Amino acid sequence: MKSGWLLWLPLALFAALGALFLGGLLHPEERVITSKMIGKPLPAFTLPQAASDRPALVSAEFAQGKPRLLNIFASWCVPCAAESPQLMALAQAGVPIDGIAIRDAREDVDAFLARWGNPYSHIGLDARSSVQIALGSSGVPETFLIDGQGRIVFQHVGDIRAEDVPGIIAKWKAAQ
Amino acid sequence: MRALLCFLLALLLVQPVLAQTALPPAPYADRQLDDPAQEKKARDLMLTIRCLTCQSQSIADSNASMAGDLRSEIRQRIAAGEEPEHIRQWLIERYGDWISYEPTADPILWPLWGLPILLLIVGGLIAMGRIRRRGKKGDGA
Repeated sequence: MKSGWLLWLPLALFAALGALFLGGLLHPEERVITSKMIGKPLPAFTLPQAASDRPALVSAEFAQGKPRLLNIFASWCVPCAAESPQLMALAQAGVPIDGIAIRDAREDVDAFLARWGNPYSHIGLDARSSVQIALGSSGVPETFLIDGQGRIVFQHVGDIRAEDVPGIIAKWKAAQ
Repeated sequence: MRALLCFLLALLLVQPVLAQTALPPAPYADRQLDDPAQEKKARDLMLTIRCLTCQSQSIADSNASMAGDLRSEIRQRIAAGEEPEHIRQWLIERYGDWISYEPTADPILWPLWGLPILLLIVGGLIAMGRIRRRGKKGDGA
């Protein structure tokens, strides 16, 4: 029969689909959504004060010739507490860090900083995530490196682990 | 008995752990716009914007705080007169094509657009072959 191979086509298709599903199960797709704003200027924003003992944050802070880290965090976010020792280490190494607290309240931010330490120079309150969305950030915590001209040069998604600290310091120095 | 009673009483004291924010939702996260035409525009857009927290849901379906904030932002922008496609482009600039469920005309999606046409042609050819064969049989009988 001429079209004998056609009989096997559905089975072959089924096997191919099965292999595809199995591949997806064994190697799940990467779920990290990186910002497409890297290389672009930091969006302009003015945020109110988020903590009692730190000034408010405006985007103009970032175009003064020195690179700075911009850390997106929240008092209700557990990985943010986990990353605080690393932020403290970065601050001690001389890296200036500003924070944006997402959907937060001042007393909660104060309590969070009192408990986990305060590495920030300025902290802005982004109550409705609008600056977070303008930055292309998809969650907390995330950290952006902004160069002295106010351009976003690097994004770290998720909490900063101890092993990430030297790399971030190197990137900050390279952005000088 | 007494220990059991203490244990049960202690259970009553357990508070659920706060997974997200204690802040009330954004003003237009779950409130429709007053103008039905604008609300429809906003809603149609929200159904095709992907939630960043629950990645297989649209922001219209998701209860995540960030989806609520995005819904509120979209409704406020539409109320201010912005066009839905402009908002979509603004979001794509920030998050990439990933954020939109609406297929684009990028080369990577050409098979998606071409496949229905291809299937129609193949189906038509098969049907034509069958009809012809049947016609021949009819002649022979």
